[in-house]
Amino acid sequence: MELYRNKEIETMGREQLRELQLPRLQNTVKRVYDNVPFYREKMQKIGITPADVKSLDDLTRLPITVKQDLRDNYPFGLFAVPMEDIVRIHASSGTTGKQTVVGYTKNDIDMWADCMARCLAMEGADTSSRVQVAYGYGLFTGGLGAHYGVEKLGATVIPASSGNTQRQITMLVDFGVTHICCTPSYAMNIAEVMQEMGVSKDDLKLKAGCFGAEPWSDGMRAEIENRLGLRAHDIYGLSEIMGPAVSHECRYRNGLHIWEDNFIPEITDPDTGLPVKEGEAGDLVITTVTKEGIPLIRYKTRDICTLSYDKCECGRTHARMSKPAGRTDDMLIIRGVNVFPSQIEAVLLSVGEVQPHYQIIVDRVRNSDTMTVEIEIPESIFTDNVKGIESFEGKVSSQLNSVLGINAKIRLVEPKSIARSEGKAKRVIDNRSRG
Amino acid sequence: MLKQITVFLENKPGRLEGVTGCFAEGGVNLHALSIADTTDFGILRIIVSEPTQAAAMLKEKGYMVKLNNVVAVAIGHSPGSLHKVVQTLRELDISIEYMYSLTSRHNDHDVIVIFRFDNQEDVEKKLADNGITVLSELGGVEK
Repeated sequence: MELYRNKEIETMGREQLRELQLPRLQNTVKRVYDNVPFYREKMQKIGITPADVKSLDDLTRLPITVKQDLRDNYPFGLFAVPMEDIVRIHASSGTTGKQTVVGYTKNDIDMWADCMARCLAMEGADTSSRVQVAYGYGLFTGGLGAHYGVEKLGATVIPASSGNTQRQITMLVDFGVTHICCTPSYAMNIAEVMQEMGVSKDDLKLKAGCFGAEPWSDGMRAEIENRLGLRAHDIYGLSEIMGPAVSHECRYRNGLHIWEDNFIPEITDPDTGLPVKEGEAGDLVITTVTKEGIPLIRYKTRDICTLSYDKCECGRTHARMSKPAGRTDDMLIIRGVNVFPSQIEAVLLSVGEVQPHYQIIVDRVRNSDTMTVEIEIPESIFTDNVKGIESFEGKVSSQLNSVLGINAKIRLVEPKSIARSEGKAKRVIDNRSRG
Repeated sequence: MLKQITVFLENKPGRLEGVTGCFAEGGVNLHALSIADTTDFGILRIIVSEPTQAAAMLKEKGYMVKLNNVVAVAIGHSPGSLHKVVQTLRELDISIEYMYSLTSRHNDHDVIVIFRFDNQEDVEKKLADNGITVLSELGGVEK
């Protein structure tokens, strides 16, 4: 039986959903126009006022917001309420520039927790479930975002945060944990340490988990499910919009349902910025329609995906986005070929013997891009014979070439020599930017 | 057959030192050693008296280790002795994967050659039948 947290909202007809969205959108546009100078100036420049938003179709007339706008208005410039009403701050790591800061009102926290609770319910969690949150707690939205959702659902939360992996495993076993939330790479790390500790998946009571905050392949999903004995669901989110639980896979896992009562998704053409035809891939753009602290109009997520409005077998009517291959910031351009690290991961895992511990090193040699993929040598292919090992390298390399059209050198490295992740895995070292 | 330890070594400073350090600490005496190298990695092949224990020590340190069989042949330190063995191998149609040699500490022969053949089935018997001295261990009476 399908478990809903809020059946009325989650399964409401498309037309009703649109009726719910319109006043919320109009209200949001009015609030940012009145309270956020950045948006007022932008709208005045193109000659549009909140009164011009008469239908949902008018959304495309509104200006696009990008990450740089948050940086330019650092720290609180895009907040639409006085600081008295902000109850929490989160911030992105700022590895690619100045950190971006977001603020939440009491209502925002409640709405977020409700979205997260819906995601957990999709995985079959209820008040009797025990959920270990192994996302980092702190400025990163993962830990606290998941945490409040578990409490909202009324399940038991184990606020483990990330790291201290042996202790995580002891708790998984001793507390009979049924659900886990962490990054896919940390899930693999946990599986590996379990093996070292002699803990088998049969010692666990895990049923499902939501894994997100980094792109991951279906090969990685199979690996996690097999090693932890659970069903792995993808959870999507970004701090600018809210945090985890913007969208999540139901048990049919045919795309991630976006909670459209709170977020209106669009797909735009990466080159022209214009809406694409339904079903075509492009930039995912999201407008928040209930957020108070930092409502964003048409925020470009930098994730490339498609949208489907078809009714899902699970009964939910909310649009589904395809599993994003990765953020455009993470996309590598190797001698003109665009490739996401998660696509490389998918190919590596399809070879069979390879474990999902890898690192991609990009460099520029004599004005030409080079890519080296480091893989830990699989036990199964290691012999005293050089030929056998080299033919394995050749096999992986030719597979990357035939599937993705890239020429990558494979470098085998010693077991456990690639750093294990406790949060977001660092898959790419790009030395080209150093000049 | 003799047990050889095979170790995967990344081509970077300190990796071989890690192996020799592990053996120094564990009191493991090396009889023979050879490295097959490529640009990025090497395969270290080692003969010791207690291969199973020594391999376990390296695994403990995180090395990728395998044990496999090799054939040890004793020859004299005189012109033509290796040629005789190689000629016999060719006559028997036995292909050599790789080989390395060490100076013997035995009384009755001078050099030991370690062979890895493509197909090692019955190879020791075939060699012995052709008058070649095959050793089952490297210990024994020392000079």
